[in-house]
Parts: sequence; C-alpha cells; structure tokens
Amino acid sequence: MNGMEKKGNRNVLIKSVIALAAIILGYVAVYYMMEGGILSRQMTSLIPRIGINIILAVSLSITVGFLGELSLGHAGFMAIGAYASAIFTTQAAGLPGFLSFVFALIIGGVMAALFGVLTGIPVLRLRGDYLAIVTLAFTEIIRSVINTMSITGGAMGLSSIPEYANYTWIYIFGILTILVAVNLKKSRHGRAILSVRENYVAAEAMGIPVTKFKILAFTVAAFFAGIAGALYAHTYSVLRPGNFDYNKSIDILIFVVLGGMGNIPGTIVATILLTYLPEKFREFGDYRMLTYALALIIIMLLNSGEMKEKIKGFFRKIVPQGKVKPKKLQEKKGEH
Amino acid sequence: MEFIEQLINGLRSGSIFALIAIGYTMVYGIAKMINFAHGDIIMVGAYSLYIFIAKVNLPPVVAVILTMLVCTILGITIEKVAYKPLRKAPSLAVLITAIGVSYLLQSLALLIFKATPIPFSSFIEVPALQIGKITISGITIVTFLVTTVCMILLTLFINRTKIGSAMRAVSEDKQAAQLMGINVNRTISITFAIGSMLAAIAGILFISQYTSLRPTLGTLPGIKAFVAAVFGGIGSIPGAMLGGLLLGVIESLSKAYISTELADAIVFGILVLVLLVKPSGLLGKNRIEKV
Repeated sequence: MNGMEKKGNRNVLIKSVIALAAIILGYVAVYYMMEGGILSRQMTSLIPRIGINIILAVSLSITVGFLGELSLGHAGFMAIGAYASAIFTTQAAGLPGFLSFVFALIIGGVMAALFGVLTGIPVLRLRGDYLAIVTLAFTEIIRSVINTMSITGGAMGLSSIPEYANYTWIYIFGILTILVAVNLKKSRHGRAILSVRENYVAAEAMGIPVTKFKILAFTVAAFFAGIAGALYAHTYSVLRPGNFDYNKSIDILIFVVLGGMGNIPGTIVATILLTYLPEKFREFGDYRMLTYALALIIIMLLNSGEMKEKIKGFFRKIVPQGKVKPKKLQEKKGEH
Repeated sequence: MEFIEQLINGLRSGSIFALIAIGYTMVYGIAKMINFAHGDIIMVGAYSLYIFIAKVNLPPVVAVILTMLVCTILGITIEKVAYKPLRKAPSLAVLITAIGVSYLLQSLALLIFKATPIPFSSFIEVPALQIGKITISGITIVTFLVTTVCMILLTLFINRTKIGSAMRAVSEDKQAAQLMGINVNRTISITFAIGSMLAAIAGILFISQYTSLRPTLGTLPGIKAFVAAVFGGIGSIPGAMLGGLLLGVIESLSKAYISTELADAIVFGILVLVLLVKPSGLLGKNRIEKV
C-alpha cells in the first residue's frame, strides 16, 4: 500500500518535473527564436499580442467551456484591469518600476475580479441567452463610463503608460493562467463547475451549491482577464475605450469556440493561429476579413453533427470498414 | 414642450428598434438562436435602397419594394445555407456561425462600397406637422405610420392566418408541431423572411433619418434592438414592440436630461435591473425548468 502510494507520488513528481522542464524550454526556445532572428520582425512583434490573447482565451474558457455559460463581456473585464493598472502606474510614480508593475498587476486583476463578482450576481437568476445579454450590457456600461470619466482620459484614452511588460512577464502569466485553468478542471471545484454545465438541476440535487460555483468561475475568469488587460496596457502604453468593445469580446469567444470549448490545448492553438494568420495576410487588405468570415462559417458547418455524418458516410463508401461504431445517444438540448 | 419633443424623438427611434427587435424575437422564438447577422440585414437594406434610388434612379415605391425583396431573399438564403445544417448543433456553434455571417456581410459591404461614409438624402418628402409649439418632422410621421401598420399586419398575420398559427405551434413545441403535420423547415424559412423584411423596412427608415451609409451602420441598432427584445421578453412579439419603444424613449430622455455619453450606459443599466427583477423580461413567459 505504502509502496504504491510512493510510486504514485513519484509519478506525479516526474510529471511535474517534465512539465516544468517543458515550460522553461518553451520560454528559452521562443526567446532564442525572437532574439536569434529566426522569427521575422513582424512575428516577433506579434508574440506579446499572442500571449495576451492566450491569457484572455484560456480564462474565458473557464466561463464558456467549463461552466457552459455564454459570456459576451470578457473585453469589459480586460478594460477594467487595463485602466485600473495604468492609472496606478501613471499616478504612483514614486515606486520603482518592478514593484509598481507588480502592484499594478494585482490591482488590475483584483478590480476585474470584483466586477466579475458583480456580474456574477445576476447569474443567480439568469441563464443562457439572458445571461449573455447581461454580460454584453456590463461591457457596454463599463465602456461608456470609461468614456466619460476624467481619470481615464475620456474618449482620448490614456497614453504614455510606462512599458513595464515584456515577453517574460507575459510568458509567466500565460503559463500561470494555463496552469490554473488545467488544474481547476481536474480539481474538486472544477468538477463541480463541470457538473453545473452538464446538468445544473442534477448538480443542485447532488448538493452542489450551483450559485457559488458559477460566481467562482466568473471571478477567476475576470481576474485573469484583468491581468491580461494590465499586461496589454503596459505593453502598448496606450489605452482607448474603443479597444475594449464588443467585437473584442467576440474575438476572444471565437478563439474559445474554435479551440473546442474548454479544451485548453485546442484553445491555445486556435488563439495562436487566429492571431497570427490575419496579420500574415495583412497585404490582402479587405479580403482578409472576408476570408476570415467565410472560414468561420465553413469551420462551424463542417464541425456540425450533420455534416460530420455526411463526410463520414462519404469516406465509409470509399474505404469499406468492418466495424461500425454504435451511434451515441443524441442529447436533446434547448428543445423545450 | 421640450419634454414632449424628446418623447416623440424617443418614440421615433424606438419604433425603428421595435421593428428590428421583432425580427430577433421571432427568430429566437422559433429557432432558439440569436441571429447576430440581423443587424447587418438593416445595413444591406440601406445600401440596396441607395443603389435603387441614387444609382438606378427608380421611383421610390419600386425601390422600397425591391429593397424589401432583396433583404427577404437574403434572410432566407442565410437561413438555408448557414443555419439549417446546424439545427441540432449546440447553440454556441450557431451563434458563432451567425457572427461569421455578420462579418461576411460587413466585409462584403466594405469591399463593394469602401469604408468612407456615403451621404444619402432622404427620399421621404412629407411636410412637417405643427401642433401648438411642437413640430413633428415628416420622417417622424412616416416612421410612426409605417411601424403601426407593420405591427397591426404582423399581429393579424400571427393570430389569424394558418401560417401564423403554424409559427406559434413551432415556437411552442417543435416536435409536437411536426407530428401535427406542420412543415417545420418551411415555417422557419417564413419566419426568417418576415424578420428580414421588417429589418429592410427598419433599414429604410433608419437611413432616412441618419442619411449616411457605412458598412457597420447596422451593428449598433442591431445590438440595441436585441437588448430591446430581451427587455420585453425574448420570444414575445408584443414584448419586442414594447421593449423597442421603451428603449428609444429611455435613450432619448437620458440623452436630453442626463448625459449624451452616458445614455448607452443608462439604457443597459436599466436592462440589467429589469432582468434582475423579472428574469424573463417584461412580457416574457416564465418557463419552469423540466427535469
């Protein structure tokens, strides 16, 4: 018994060491590719954006993927984090850069998390599309309030924010977000959140405090969106209220959905591709958006059950197979 | 006096919102999806009207009818090509597809008409009405008349015709409706057709008021009308009408008396409050979750 436990512990230890090595290796590899001139200048300048988008997408997949609630307001939390941290670093000039930025990150994350709780409270009563519209409403409220306040610079926005953030900071927080999301999914709390997604009535009947876990998911997601906002503010040093509109929320949502809704590696790959490809094809100008829109529709259509069956049927005709897998019971959703 | 004028302004933009919101609510009631491309159908309507009147020089009545036809066909096509294969897919997949369609329409408009706004003078030439100290502009009168007629016709259509009751049956229970011999697919197509036709009318009224064409002109009225639909209780047609009018009035009054910049925040704030008190909107049905 004791031996098995030890063996289990050793396996966990080995896994952790491998993961740590992979994280460090990934950091070094990207660093050398950037510095060593393997990546083009365009790509190098894209790395921070990709990193920030990964933080946003992975954190949004906690709400959309794990909890199963549609949130159209992730850009709002990002805006809170960005503005809160930028106001702090531009006002508190006395602190040394490093310390100031650490505080700014914490402030950005915590402020966004507070607003996450605020948005989470309507979750007590709303579900599905109604909740989606409330998150959208919150983003719009946040944006127009930022637009009118003087401390946020109004429509002109904030500029000359110190550029504290760099590749290392973004990498550390990217990894942190991924670790939190992956471990949350495996943890007891994460399983509770997943059970709410699968069937909240059953979850409630099993004694899971549905409300608590919904708010928890919203808060964690908002916290990391706030961090991403703080990193954004201190990377680009300019903030405009228009950066955080509803289209930004939709973009992040697309990363999550195309990545496979709660599938973290998939989300990361989708984020990298969907941030990189539109930049890559910048020379095509307006046709780029057209292609993006078409690709979006086609991917969703090909991914749908009906089309999948058709394609499978087509291949089955070409390649005769001995075994036919039994069909899964189709779940009926939103039918009543 | 100013208050009444602001109220009339609000009712005017509110009736445009109501027309758009009806499209959202009908599609939601029947297909259980948020049609994010609905706002862009308004944009297509506005641009087609511009082509028919300013480029082809058609008489206004013909241009209006052709515009409605273009939008109706577009609505049906979108449903057939993009949404129908996803009937059984999870709602998020449909939502993303709808966003894709919205982007597609916008980028097509951007490619064809470029990003610079095109000025477009209204073709509605109705003299303004003077009652005491209040002036009601011609466009306002036309907007009120058109909206009222549309709503009466729609209510009659939904309640009195066979297709209307088929639509109500499908929104109540799709499977049961199918068992009763209703052609569900055709009913959904008709719903999209009616929604898009109303969006075309809204687009014509909208462009007559704002007189400037941009590829993204449908986005904001689209979002606001969607909010109006939720406000009134999504799925309910009287709710969409009420929600649209209320939204227009609240927006106009807060612009006039509180702050122009904060008007949107106030509108959305009231929406959140309403949903907190009545989670299914003002006139929405409160459905009990079945296990």
